Amino acid sequence: MELSLTTRTVGEHTVLDVGGEVDVYTAPRLRERLVELVDGGSRHVVVDLARVDFLDSTGLGVLVGALKRLRAANGTFGLVCAKEPLLKIFRITALDQVFPIYSSVEAAISTSSGERDDNPPTA
Amino acid sequence: MATVRLSFSPAPVHVRTARLVGVAVARRAGVAEELLDEVRLAIGEACTRAVALHNQYRIPDLVMVEMSDSDSYMVRVIDRAPIEASIGLTKLPPDELAAESLTDEALTTGVGFALLAGFVDDLQVRPVDEGAGTEVRMVWPVHRR
Repeated sequence: MELSLTTRTVGEHTVLDVGGEVDVYTAPRLRERLVELVDGGSRHVVVDLARVDFLDSTGLGVLVGALKRLRAANGTFGLVCAKEPLLKIFRITALDQVFPIYSSVEAAISTSSGERDDNPPTA
Repeated sequence: MATVRLSFSPAPVHVRTARLVGVAVARRAGVAEELLDEVRLAIGEACTRAVALHNQYRIPDLVMVEMSDSDSYMVRVIDRAPIEASIGLTKLPPDELAAESLTDEALTTGVGFALLAGFVDDLQVRPVDEGAGTEVRMVWPVHRR
């Protein structure tokens, strides 16, 4: 399934809905969109992976890149993911200890709105 | 024993094809349905690694994927990069994953290897028998038919 990227604004957060397959072929498009968002002034970014059905190391690398870019800009970056196969990927790579991962967009937004620091989420 | 061989130009667009074929053959071979996501991911990671190495070393040769089933389902992904390219493959510790000093390439390589090692119980990375290159060999159990 092709990669789909849709951006919406919720309060001061930018939510990027990602769907389809994020792999070595499609990840550059995701990277480009995330760079555009940060360069365009977005400082609180939530990436919703609910409709992603494949994610590989290249996609994970792009997400880490976005996290680093937003950290450098004093922003926040969160992921929404409730699918066990994807969560397993984050656990195996230990990236679950790097990313704030939430079970819903609402949880991501409410947590990062209230905590503009490095407190880990509970989700 | 059935064997399916696939060779492709080292371009990212073809990795998806290799994943699709690898899973189709795995299903037919009798790999359990609940393992197919892991098969798909592991074949994708091995092929992504091979494509990256061919591009890094400007090697136009085809990447080869061989799938075979007998007592188990075996997938071999073969690149033609110098063997030293595979030295230092290691899983990165959590505190290094988001370190500013870590390059995107090093991160992707480390994470890719972590996924391979995490999802494939029977995994070998070794030099090919002849010439330059590395073989990533992955084996999954199959149900007796």
